[in-house]
Amino acid sequence: MKRSTLVLLKTLTWLACLYPLGWLVWAAATSNLGADQTHTITFCTGLATLRILTLSLAITPLRRLWPRLNWLVKFRRLLGLFAFFYATLHLFTWVALYAGFDANSMAADFAKRRFITVGILAWVLLLPLAATSTNWAIRKLGGKRWSRLHKLVYVAAVCGIVHYWWQVKPGVLTPVTMTVILGVLFLARPLLAWRQRSKASASRPAAVIG
Amino acid sequence: MLIGKLPDIASSEITPRDAYDDYFNRRRFLRGAVAAGAVALGADRIADVISPRTAALAATKLQTVPSRLTTTGEQLTSYQDVTTYNNFYEFGVEKDQPAKNAGGLPIRPWTVKIEGKVKTPKTFDIDALLKLRPLEDRVYRHRCVEAWSMVIPWVGYSLAEFIKQCDPLPSAKFVQFLSYYDHKVEKWAGETTIYWPYSEGLRMDEAMNPLALLAFGLYGEVLPNQNGAPVRIVVPWKYGFKSAKSIVAVRFLDKMPPTTWNEQGPSEYGFYSNVNPNVDHPRWSQKTERRIGLPFYAQRRTTLMFNGYADQVASMYNGMDLKRNF
Repeated sequence: MKRSTLVLLKTLTWLACLYPLGWLVWAAATSNLGADQTHTITFCTGLATLRILTLSLAITPLRRLWPRLNWLVKFRRLLGLFAFFYATLHLFTWVALYAGFDANSMAADFAKRRFITVGILAWVLLLPLAATSTNWAIRKLGGKRWSRLHKLVYVAAVCGIVHYWWQVKPGVLTPVTMTVILGVLFLARPLLAWRQRSKASASRPAAVIG
Repeated sequence: MLIGKLPDIASSEITPRDAYDDYFNRRRFLRGAVAAGAVALGADRIADVISPRTAALAATKLQTVPSRLTTTGEQLTSYQDVTTYNNFYEFGVEKDQPAKNAGGLPIRPWTVKIEGKVKTPKTFDIDALLKLRPLEDRVYRHRCVEAWSMVIPWVGYSLAEFIKQCDPLPSAKFVQFLSYYDHKVEKWAGETTIYWPYSEGLRMDEAMNPLALLAFGLYGEVLPNQNGAPVRIVVPWKYGFKSAKSIVAVRFLDKMPPTTWNEQGPSEYGFYSNVNPNVDHPRWSQKTERRIGLPFYAQRRTTLMFNGYADQVASMYNGMDLKRNF
């Protein structure tokens, strides 16, 4: 595609990804963070993380489905890093506003509250992915090793959605939509790969039967 | 102005939803801005600072008397927050949904049925209940199990006064409270896996404690629907879900009644659910809480044993292992 189109699309993506942060800053400045400000900040950053991560996971299935969308891969790093950005904000919200920077409180939370354990795990899994997102790292690791490392994003996404389920009250079903979407995206990969393989074998010339 | 018969509102008078939302959102924004100023001026109530509500939103005033059981030394949570940040899952699980969706709650006519181990089962009309005892202004701390808290100026009288009128038999050891349930009005009730109607319960001595309140209002006015109109209980030393809303039946039993959240999560929501910083919820600590309405950097505070009402209630639990009987 034209370079100018790419720049435009990337700019729009940046703006869309910055919107949750922008909203938070505006809301804080105008006292629109609601009755439980801590909760609003936590929920907004958490939801942004999950949504952007899910979007990044949709890129490969879309490219496989419609090869004309190959250029979407140029947006994968951007989305992945923004997901990590919001995950870090979300983690920091816990450190600062829930634990009050108290190490004992954080250790107790990590040990006793499983939704926090799996949440921290999700962030820890994203950390090496963010660290190796640079071109230099891709070259250093080589395509194969880099790809294998970055398969961790699936584990991180699962940890993220489990974190959400383990946080809501028993009986509450709000994480369902996100779970279904992620489920579809996870299923899409093997399904599309199978489709490609069966297409390839169908185009091979049939054995001549004498 | 004494509460009289609430007038029927013609459907033409009802503010169209969009206009209401617009109006409400603008007022929220304004209130947010004004709240900062109001706190600076030392006003407890936004109503002291901004103009009176219109007929569309005005709740009927209740005639009240002061109470020696009121809590002092706390800043009241704004009327705005008290009435728009609610857990009332029959009307949706998001905090802002009850205020939007509870309009259909049919608060008149309303009766409360008395059943179970009583001398004679009877039915109270809400208007009779309102006249039973003088209505007191009682400020109570309200601590949700989700670790947020408010300070609310309720209007009502001790639950004990109501129970005396029910004439329970000596065999009655527990009281069960059942809330209104109608899937046609509470269309969002099916969005959870909760089995309705909402049920809560207390031990007889807990129900007879003078602190337990039968509440009909807040901020000197009739309860808004989303706060559990037209009658609810308030048990301030327990987590908020024990304070059942919109009560339609009171049963006296000799056994501990099933309670909704205990059925949903028996390892998380015990029958007693006394506010206790030393007993964690399995999924989060109860040592601290977030006070609603304060800026995020100032919300966090230590949770008090029995929500600060230990003097009035601790004796009921002498000898009880509160870690087991949570």
